[in-house]
Amino acid sequence: MDALILARMQFAANMTFHILFPTISIGMGWLLLFLRWRWLKTQRGEGGSDSALAQGWLDAYRFWTKVFALTFALGVVSGITMSFQFGTNWPGFMERVGNIAGPLLGYEVLTAFFLEAGFLGIMLFGHGRVSERVHLMATFFVAFGTSLSAFWILALNSWMQTPAGHEIRDGVYHVQSWVAVIFNPSFPYRFTHMMLASALTCAFLLIGLSAWQVLKGVAQRSAPRVMRVGLTLAALAVPLQIFVGDLHGLNTLHHQPAKIAAMEGVWETERGAPLLLFAIPDAVQRLNHFEIKIPRLASLILTHELDGEIKGLNSFGDAHPPPLAMFFGFRVMVGMGVLMLATSWLGWWLYRRSGWQPERLPRLLLWLFAGMTFSGWVATVAGWYVTEIGRQPFIVYGLVRTADVVSKVPSAMIGLSLFMYVTLYLALIVAYVAVLKYMAEKPEQVLQTDTGEQVAVPGLQGSGA
Amino acid sequence: MTWMSFDAALPVIFMALMGLSMLVYVISDGYDLGVGMLMHRATAAEKDVMVASIGPFWDANETWLVLGVGILLVAFPKAHGLVLGELYLPVTLMLIGLTLRGVAFDFRVKAKDTHKQTWDRLFFAGSTLASVAQGWMLGRYVSGFGSGWNYPLFAAAIAVALPMAYVLMGAAWLIMKTDGELQERAVQWARIAWAPMVGGLLLISMATPWVSPTVRERWFVLPEIIALLAIPLMTGVSLLAVRGLLNTRHVRGPLCWLPFALLVLVFVLGFLGLAYSIYPYVVLDQLTLWQAASSPDALKVILFGVCISVPAIAGYTVFSYRVFRGKAGELKYA
Repeated sequence: MDALILARMQFAANMTFHILFPTISIGMGWLLLFLRWRWLKTQRGEGGSDSALAQGWLDAYRFWTKVFALTFALGVVSGITMSFQFGTNWPGFMERVGNIAGPLLGYEVLTAFFLEAGFLGIMLFGHGRVSERVHLMATFFVAFGTSLSAFWILALNSWMQTPAGHEIRDGVYHVQSWVAVIFNPSFPYRFTHMMLASALTCAFLLIGLSAWQVLKGVAQRSAPRVMRVGLTLAALAVPLQIFVGDLHGLNTLHHQPAKIAAMEGVWETERGAPLLLFAIPDAVQRLNHFEIKIPRLASLILTHELDGEIKGLNSFGDAHPPPLAMFFGFRVMVGMGVLMLATSWLGWWLYRRSGWQPERLPRLLLWLFAGMTFSGWVATVAGWYVTEIGRQPFIVYGLVRTADVVSKVPSAMIGLSLFMYVTLYLALIVAYVAVLKYMAEKPEQVLQTDTGEQVAVPGLQGSGA
Repeated sequence: MTWMSFDAALPVIFMALMGLSMLVYVISDGYDLGVGMLMHRATAAEKDVMVASIGPFWDANETWLVLGVGILLVAFPKAHGLVLGELYLPVTLMLIGLTLRGVAFDFRVKAKDTHKQTWDRLFFAGSTLASVAQGWMLGRYVSGFGSGWNYPLFAAAIAVALPMAYVLMGAAWLIMKTDGELQERAVQWARIAWAPMVGGLLLISMATPWVSPTVRERWFVLPEIIALLAIPLMTGVSLLAVRGLLNTRHVRGPLCWLPFALLVLVFVLGFLGLAYSIYPYVVLDQLTLWQAASSPDALKVILFGVCISVPAIAGYTVFSYRVFRGKAGELKYA
């Protein structure tokens, strides 16, 4: 295989592995802040008479902090690998657009990476060593840091999709306006889309693990509450995500029409294009096999007009992404979204009718919840494949081709390291899921292991700072 | 030397920042990795204390590596491609080592009890792999990626010496952060690691001028050599003081922090010597700072961020070390 394909596979493998963990930790940071705040509030309210309620929130906070710590560690180590792979796999990228990508990556490390890593220690171990307020602040800084990190990284990624605010002098890119670079046309949509994806991934993780605990008969006292938080979050966030996803699609149609054509399997430019429910796009013969379609619906969805025009792949020469992966990647993401909508709304309604008692829910529904534990991962990865493969054959859309910036390291060496990375990543994903399952099944044991986290009485401790 | 313009000075500022990040990384993750490499010598209960002693810090420590490589990537893109291309395989091995070490922190306390031993072994293996790979990379980098029979030999020597230095740092950290039996054992470990570390340092100090004519010409000329002698002299005195301290009772009491502090000084001195050898190259004899640097505009934007964020980072790092000062016994991993 040639070096370009291997370098792309290696980068893709690393990105795929990496994104799994930030997707959880971005949303989980804020959820922990919420649980932390609920605990503090219920503890203070009514003169501490509601201590069982407060204890439940504390249990939830402590349990999910452990999930967060594990997730965060995996995100950090795979993120470090990425900072090296920019240079090892795509040396030409930084040589050309380094003046734009460099500061964005630099600000991510300086403002976000350090913030979250610096305060994580206090958040995980500092309870009882610092005052309640400082601990709450540390939790906030970690949550804020993970989101800020996403801000910078998505600014760069969006610039690579819809470049703006730059000028080219002697083949090297220079910045004209930082505001235009950062808030490039696709950035607001991509950022919102990703933040909601993170919220949904966390919501279904909460729902799924709680349902698993109920099924196994090992539910913590916090499980009913955690399930309610998860279902409520999902029921609110899914429709919002569908709305934002639609806006993002319209934005993509405007700026990257070839990506849309590949997602929808449209070869010839046409008005009133049908929506393909199923097809197998064939890049060699340049047509679709086994089409199942609904007339005019693609035009209606994408242009909000029945006979709106959609440009076909054939009008882009060779400068379009491979349609097969795009077509199915998009359908996996959308299908997962529809399933999430149905599950969260039906689930919330039935859960409310059961009086928020998970034991009274139908077993089948609990199994559905458990089955959807990692549905957020599937949708997120499928979505990222669509957006990243959809940028090909460019690394900076319309401007710099991926093939022109690839490293000259021998293919054998890339192949060897690819093999090592993939083996490691698969093993770690298996270990991660296995440990989450183990923690869910033995919650008491997990909570007992940290005697260091004593319940501190607010106000009785020194300010710490 | 005449004063250079601000634009011409920018690459020098960034080289200094990169050097500083790498120095902070080597010192701070050095003790983490050293503790990791000592894990297999400890009992199960001691392992928990050892991990707890570095638990609150390792995340932030590793971030300095990201910043160092980030500055290389951002400020010297040409050098980044060249250096990481040359070091492709050791970089891969180091990253795999760091990954194993980093995830083992969490997995070892969350996995089933029966799996804990496996994660402890991976903790040790990851720490060792990362340290050896870093030693090899340092050896290759310092000698300008030269080819010839003596260059790999030189890199191999550093691939042994650097882990030894880390082990000594790790042991000194444990002397400072623990007490009782574990502290006693840490003193023993430090004694064992001292001789190979000092031997390695001597060997490298003699071999570096031998493999690199540029370095030879830098050091062995009058009158510079007289001023420069301060570096090896102070290093020697510090190392002898460390060895002497390990034999006294005070190291288990009020002076438990001193060996660690002296070793930090040794690392700083070694770094200054190295910086003097290499400047103004980014890659020795191949690429100077100015040849490799990004545009002044981009560097100014980053410098602005650095001026605001680095003092903040220093601030909350100090705060975190203050919060977790004292012995590590009762810390548990969340």
